[in-house]
Amino acid sequence: MLLVRDLARPGLGPISFELQDGECIALRGPSGAGKSLLLRAIADLDPNSGTVTLDGAARESMPAPQWRRQVTYLPAEPGWWADRVGAHYSDWQTARPLVEALALPADCDHWPVLRLSTGERQRLGLVRVLLLEPRVLLLDEPTSGLDAEATESVERLVLERLAQGTSVLWVTHDDAQAKRVARRALKISKGQAREEPL
Amino acid sequence: MSYIRLDYLDLALAATLVLLNGGLSLLLALRIERQLAIATLRMIVQLSLVGLVLTTLFALVSPLWTGLAALAMVLFAGREIMARQERRLAGFWSYGLGTACMLVAASLVTIFALTTQVSPDPWYHPRYALPMLGMILGNTMTGISLGLHSLTMSLVRERAGVEAQLMLGATRRQALLPVTRSAMRAGLMPIVNSMAAIGLVSLPGMMTGQILSGVEPAEAVKYQLLIMFLIAGGTGLGVTTAVLAGGRRLTDARHRLRLDRLAEAAD
Repeated sequence: MLLVRDLARPGLGPISFELQDGECIALRGPSGAGKSLLLRAIADLDPNSGTVTLDGAARESMPAPQWRRQVTYLPAEPGWWADRVGAHYSDWQTARPLVEALALPADCDHWPVLRLSTGERQRLGLVRVLLLEPRVLLLDEPTSGLDAEATESVERLVLERLAQGTSVLWVTHDDAQAKRVARRALKISKGQAREEPL
Repeated sequence: MSYIRLDYLDLALAATLVLLNGGLSLLLALRIERQLAIATLRMIVQLSLVGLVLTTLFALVSPLWTGLAALAMVLFAGREIMARQERRLAGFWSYGLGTACMLVAASLVTIFALTTQVSPDPWYHPRYALPMLGMILGNTMTGISLGLHSLTMSLVRERAGVEAQLMLGATRRQALLPVTRSAMRAGLMPIVNSMAAIGLVSLPGMMTGQILSGVEPAEAVKYQLLIMFLIAGGTGLGVTTAVLAGGRRLTDARHRLRLDRLAEAAD
């Protein structure tokens, strides 16, 4: 279980909520309300205050890289640090089933990153995150650049993980998507969070 | 020794070349005469002053005054490093980090050379200490300012890629490695280039100076080699410490990228 207590940073919070194992909460709210800031703060990517624990273990009790492998943030526009797609994966063979499940060609590891479309970047970014098998997924509009078919494949993969006990915070502007993937919704507005019906 | 003394008439004669340039600029309306005049005057004043200061220091041979002169050189070079940064570290770090790294690297290398290879008596004799420090400092300064410039600029540009690695659980060292590498390359490029081109493309100033003052070419070459080793060592040490320290300053113990520790971009 992920427990967030009085999480705050400039422009955000304090915010408190709980996320059970295998539960998905949809994060909604206008652009610039602080949804991405909240996910970044939970992943400890910016200076912030408050308590965040995973199964009772506080973030501060472990090195930050270890925390981020368990509570992993996927930004809406994933970043890249090498020229070729394949260089971003430690082992392409293990990535292949996920790549194919997201309707991408299995040999796209040779593609130059510069040529990827927004939607391809998002799906390949999701593959990187899923390979870590984190306990909590922090997904920031993971389907904003995708067509209906690709969106469906992303939702299917994440729902599989949910069924296996992974928890998910899912930022979406699409109410129908929120209803498909989540049972609860948090509305973020002006840096504050409030539970609302789906 | 066949040293040819210059008198002021010789200098005046050479200076007519600069006057000629100024005249051409006026004639062709190139508008460079003002800058040229100011630069020439600055050069004359600065070099004459340095001549006076060095004459005094050489007469004194005082560790205190030699040390103070060396410190002043380091502080001036530190200002140059800061002035050349497009994105500076916020606060005192913008001056402190480059200057501290240069101070450590240049003084270590200079003292190492003075106490073991050149060994004048006393070892801090300003006639050896200050020119050697000057040459090492000048090159270390260039290296550090290029290295820090590359580090900050590529961290700003590659922010998404660096953070993507941090998000996936990389340590700050791993996430910064590509940026660190290119910053080190940028900082060491001038010295690597000048070592590769020396003798073929350029005859270094110090060696030329020694030859002009009557030293055998083979002896002048030995001195130049020594200086190049010292410069390469000092630059490498300075660039490495500055780039690594800069990378640590722009991240924190929780392995976050802290670009908020850069000052606002200058207009």
